[in-house]
Amino acid sequence: MTAIEELTASDDVNNAVFDVDSVTLRFGGVTSLSNVSMRMRHGEILAVIGPNGAGKTSLFNCLTGVYHPQEGSIHFRRAAGAKPVSVLGKKTHTINHLGVARTFQNIRLFPALTALENVKVGVETRQRSGAISAMLGLPNARRDERESTHRALELLRFVDLADQANLVASGLPYGGQRRLEIARALGTSPSVLLLDEPAAGTNPSEKRELADLISAINRDMGISVLLIEHDMRLVMSIATRVIVLNFGQVIASGAPEQVQRDPAVIEAYLGTTNSTGKDADKAADGGAAPTDMTPDGPATGEEVGS
Amino acid sequence: MNTNGTVRRRTGLWHNEDARRFVSLVATGVLIALLTGADGSQDDSLLAFRESLLSIRLPICVGLMVLLWAVFYVGQRRRISLSPAVTGAAFRQRLRQMPVVRWLLIVAVVGAALVLPPFLSGFWQTVLVNQVGIYVLLAAGLNVVVGWAGLLDLGYIAFFAIGAYTTAYFTGTLPIAPPFVVNPFVAIIFAVLACLVAGVLLGTPTLRLRGDYLAVVTLGFGEIVRIVALNGDDFTNGPRGATNIPHPSITLPFGVHFTVPGLDWKVDWDGSLRWGIDSLPYWYLLLVLTALVVFLLSRLEHSRVGRAWTAIREDEVAAQANGVRTVRLKLLAFAIGASTSGVAGVIYASKVGFISPDNFILQYSIFVLAYVIFGGMGSLTGVVLGAALLTALPEFLRDYVAAADRPTYLGAVLVLMMIFRPAGLVPAGRRKAEITAQQASDPPGSSVQQADQPEAGQPEAGPTASPAGAVGGGQ
Repeated sequence: MTAIEELTASDDVNNAVFDVDSVTLRFGGVTSLSNVSMRMRHGEILAVIGPNGAGKTSLFNCLTGVYHPQEGSIHFRRAAGAKPVSVLGKKTHTINHLGVARTFQNIRLFPALTALENVKVGVETRQRSGAISAMLGLPNARRDERESTHRALELLRFVDLADQANLVASGLPYGGQRRLEIARALGTSPSVLLLDEPAAGTNPSEKRELADLISAINRDMGISVLLIEHDMRLVMSIATRVIVLNFGQVIASGAPEQVQRDPAVIEAYLGTTNSTGKDADKAADGGAAPTDMTPDGPATGEEVGS
Repeated sequence: MNTNGTVRRRTGLWHNEDARRFVSLVATGVLIALLTGADGSQDDSLLAFRESLLSIRLPICVGLMVLLWAVFYVGQRRRISLSPAVTGAAFRQRLRQMPVVRWLLIVAVVGAALVLPPFLSGFWQTVLVNQVGIYVLLAAGLNVVVGWAGLLDLGYIAFFAIGAYTTAYFTGTLPIAPPFVVNPFVAIIFAVLACLVAGVLLGTPTLRLRGDYLAVVTLGFGEIVRIVALNGDDFTNGPRGATNIPHPSITLPFGVHFTVPGLDWKVDWDGSLRWGIDSLPYWYLLLVLTALVVFLLSRLEHSRVGRAWTAIREDEVAAQANGVRTVRLKLLAFAIGASTSGVAGVIYASKVGFISPDNFILQYSIFVLAYVIFGGMGSLTGVVLGAALLTALPEFLRDYVAAADRPTYLGAVLVLMMIFRPAGLVPAGRRKAEITAQQASDPPGSSVQQADQPEAGQPEAGPTASPAGAVGGGQ
C-alpha cells in the first residue's frame, strides 16, 4: 500500500495515460474490482498480474468501456500533458478512437477475412470516405483503399506476417493469430495498447518473439503498453512496472524485482496454509514495514540474494 | 471433411455423415410422396396415406432421393481421393485468377438475358418480370442486410410495400391526394427516400438487439406495415388497395434522328420511352436496374464499408474494440437494403398497376430470405442466381403439379440444398472461409477427444515454430 502512495506522490500527474481512481465494479453481489486505483505513465510497459479471477480482465474491460464501474473515475490522456478525458460512459468504439487499442484473452479475429483485411478493418476506422464514394469509386475512396492497404502491409511486416497476408485469419497458426490481433490493434494508431494475455498458449520460442515484439512496439512506435500476463518470465523481462491484483484489489505495485519480493504477492500466489507457510507468514508480518531486515525464512533469504 | 480418421470416436451409425444424409434424403422422398399425393376426404381419412404410399409415387420419390445420395456419395469419395488441387476450392481459385473466363461467363449470362426474352411466350415474359426480376432485386438488397452485415431481417417485404405505396401515393391513386402527381419514374426517388427513412426509423431503436431478437422485431415491423396498409381505409384504401397505377414513361432530353443516305432507312426517335402492359420493356428496365444495383453493391462489398460489415458480422465486440462504429454501419446496411427493396416496389406497382396489402404478407419476406440463403448468403452472384432459379421453379412446375403442391418442391429443393451445399449455390468467399475454418477448428475444441489432444497439439507446434524462428532471424 505504501508503494502506491509513494508512486502517486512521485508521479507527474500530467504524464499519466490512464488515471484510475477508486474504481469499484460489481456484478450483482460479486465485487469484481474493489476500490482499484492505478496510474499508468506514458511510454511505459505496465504489467498487470494476479491469480485467476483477480479482476485483471475486468479492469481491461472498464478501461475500454465494455464494463461500466459503479464507482470511481477513469481518465485517459492521448499524449503526455494533454487534457484528460473521462472514459466512463463512453462507447467502446469511441474509446478506441481516443487512442486505446486492445487485444483479447481468447483471440477475437474476424475469421472469414484475410490477415490483410483484418488489419485493414482497424486502419479504415480512421478513414472518412463513405458508402457512396465507395460505390461510385470516387478518388477519395480509392485513395483511402490504397493507403489502408499500404499501412496494413507495413504492420503485417512489422509483426512478421507479410508472407501470410492473403491467408484467411482462421487459417493462421496460433502464434500468428496472436500477432495478427496485435497488428489489427496497431492499425488504429493507438497511443496505448492493452494486451490481454498475449502469450497464452504459445510455445517458448514464440514467447521470446512476443517479448521482442512488445518491446519494439513500445520502443519504436512509442506506444505505451498495458499487459496482462501469467508468464512471469515474460513479465519480468519486459515490464517497466508491475501491478498485482488479488480479489479485485491492488495488493502491490512497483518495479518487477520489487514486486517479486513483496510478501503480499507471495502470499497471494502461494497461499499460507501449510506449516512452512506459517513461517513465511510470520516473516511477512515482520517484514511488512522494513523489507530487508528479517532474512528468516529460506524463501526470503533467497530473494534477497537474487 | 474429417473422413481421414482423425476424429472417429463415436462410431454409431447416426454419427456417420453419409448415413445421416441417406436417412434425411429418404425421409424427404417419403415426405414429397405424401405431400404431392392424393388429398384425403371426409369419408376416408386414410385415403391420402393409402394412395400416396401404396402407389408408384413412393418408390419413384424415394428412388430419386437414393440416386441423388449415391451420386453425391461417389462424388465425395472421388474428391477425397483426389489431391486438394482438383477440388472445388482450388478450381474456383484458378477461376478467379482467370478474369477472361469470368468475364466470358458474365457476358454469356447478360447476353442471354438480353437476347432470349423476346423469343419467350408472353407468359414467361411476365414471369421474368413479375417474379424473377423483382425478386432478384429484392434478394440483392436483402443480401446486404443478412449476408453482409449479418442482421436477420424477417420484415424485409415491408420496404417493398413502402416503395409500392409511395408510388401509388405520388401517382395519385390513393384516397389521399399528393401535393403533386409524378410519373412512376420520378417516384423512384421518393420511394428510395421513404425507404431510407423507414430503414433508419426501424433501425435506430432495434439495432442494439442481436440475432433472434432483431429477427422478431423486424418481423413485427413487417406486420405493422402490412396491417396499417390493411386498416388505413382513409389513406391506403384498405384491403382494396390502389388500382390503376400508371405505367412509367420518360422523355429523354435527346432524341435520335438520322437517315442513312442511299438506303431507305430513317430513324426518328424523339427520346421518349413508354412502358405499357407489355412485359418485355419492363424486363429490360429491370435488367438495367439490377445491373446497376449489382455493380454498385459489388463495389461496396470490397470497400472499407463491406469489410467493416463483415467484421461486425464475425465479431461485434472485436469490431467495436477496433473502432468500428457498429450502429452507424448497421443503419447503413438497413438503409441500403431498404432502398433497393423500395426500387423493386416502384417497378412492381407500376408494372402490375394494382397493389393491396395481400402483396406484402410475411410469406414473401421469408421467400426472399430463402432465396438469399439458397443462393449463398453474402455472395451477390449466388443470390441473384438463386432468386432467379427459385422464382422460376414454381412456374416450371405449373403444368405438372397442382398449385397447392408447388411449394412442396420449393421446400424440398431448400432441404436438399442445406444438406449438400449448406453455404448456398455459389458460396461467398468470406462465408465459405468461415465455415471451413470452423470445421477445421472444431475437432480440438469439441468435447469428444481427450486422447487426441497430444496428437492435435504436436503438429500445431511445427508450423507455429517456423514463422517464430523467422522473426528471430529478421530482427
